[in-house]
Amino acid sequence: MNGFVLQLVDTFVGTLRDVAPIALVLVGFQVGVLRRKVPHLKKVLIGSFYVVLGLALFLFGLQEALFPIGEMMAQSLTDPAFVAAGKPIGAITWTDYYWTYIFAFAIGFATTIAEPSLIAVAIKAREVSAGGITAWGLRIAVAIGVALSLSVGTFRIVTGTPLYLYMIAGYAIVIVQTMFAPRMIVPLAYDSGGVTTSTVTVPLVAALGLGLASTVPGRSALMDGFGLIALASLFPMITVMGYAQISAWRAGRGDGGKTPQPQGGPQ
Amino acid sequence: MFEVMRGMTMQVAGTIRDLLPIVLVVGFFQIVVLHQPIDGLAEIALGLVFVMVGLAIFIQGLEMALFPLGESLANAFAQKGSLFWLLVFAFGLGFGTTVAEPALIAIAAEAASIMAEGGVIPAGDAAVASHALALRYTVAVSVGTSLVIGVWRILKGWPIHWFIIAGYGLVVALTAVAPPEIVGIAYDSGGVTTSTITVPLVTALGVGLASAIKGRNPMVDGFGLIAFASLLPIVFVLIFGVVVQA
Repeated sequence: MNGFVLQLVDTFVGTLRDVAPIALVLVGFQVGVLRRKVPHLKKVLIGSFYVVLGLALFLFGLQEALFPIGEMMAQSLTDPAFVAAGKPIGAITWTDYYWTYIFAFAIGFATTIAEPSLIAVAIKAREVSAGGITAWGLRIAVAIGVALSLSVGTFRIVTGTPLYLYMIAGYAIVIVQTMFAPRMIVPLAYDSGGVTTSTVTVPLVAALGLGLASTVPGRSALMDGFGLIALASLFPMITVMGYAQISAWRAGRGDGGKTPQPQGGPQ
Repeated sequence: MFEVMRGMTMQVAGTIRDLLPIVLVVGFFQIVVLHQPIDGLAEIALGLVFVMVGLAIFIQGLEMALFPLGESLANAFAQKGSLFWLLVFAFGLGFGTTVAEPALIAIAAEAASIMAEGGVIPAGDAAVASHALALRYTVAVSVGTSLVIGVWRILKGWPIHWFIIAGYGLVVALTAVAPPEIVGIAYDSGGVTTSTITVPLVTALGVGLASAIKGRNPMVDGFGLIAFASLLPIVFVLIFGVVVQA
């Protein structure tokens, strides 16, 4: 119990340390350059305390409950003994890893739904689009993107195909979609690539990638273990633009192809 | 106070829904696929309670502090009308939030030792440490620079896709010439730079700026700062690899 509390305090102090440079920049500019009182200072200070406290509890809970079991699971599912299921180890083909692909998909989806920075961006997008983009719509679109990217990424590690082929193909799709997607969604879609890979997803994804790269014959953990995160930042752009394209297409079928676009917020 | 408590209870209820998929996935794979009992169920349940309450408190703080703070900063800079200080602020925010990021420190150290093993940089602790530090500053400067470019774009109202497409073109071209040991790390460095506190703050800043400036649409012009902050580090780290190799 004592160790438990100690660890909690440790996480809290760690979070404070992470926040310190941001606070320094904000306070420095507020006092030194803007010389203006922050509106509702007391509320902002209480809110900042909530941010640090909430994040510390969140991280602590993840470390206690989720990361150990998630990492263990990633290891057992990629273990050749499990994958081969009675076959001689040498006879494993890429199709034998189907549970790995399914797990990668499911855990990618589930962790993205719980990702705090994505929740923040989704709330903001809903506010700004005046409800044109729902928070859940965006979060699910991004989560499907991450889920697909992890399935494809684990397949890539198993088969040993080079990462850049996938990246270039993905970029090509992004560029084509950019030309046809509703203009409103493009910046948000680009942003959603960056927010997905954060506190919850990265540790589990890293465990999955390293587990695979170290057990699949002929892969090196150094060269092949990376790259899952790169794909996980690319695919959500595709699914978010796809989501907008499907919404626009469905909305446009009713009025002869004229697509009503979500209006911007207050000007 | 009562208001806050009620809001908090609603938030906790909301976070149960956010976390349900993880619980289902872990439970399913552990019991159905791996046929293993879940050890330490009480600890896991307690941990999940922490995750839930923490997420609820964080979201509460988000709407009380980070969003209003980002917006009020955007308004203050827009009223002050000093482009110079706005860009200095953007750089400072990007640099300051990245340079001390624990994930970055870990990745930079790892990257330096991989490059030493691969013979790209001289072996030895001193060389590895100095390259790790240089890499850290490279990424921090790149995030600062990306916020400067991103804010500049919002002010000018330029469409974002030309920047991003050009950036990706650069990434592809650099990938061909950079030492292979650094490519994976370069791609991943884009993901580690955008932390949970930076994202809401930067998003609110961008949207706030686009709302405060006449003729800008917050949806089209306000988003996109994060995209720059995840793309430019890849470019800078690849350039770092090319330079070190030469």
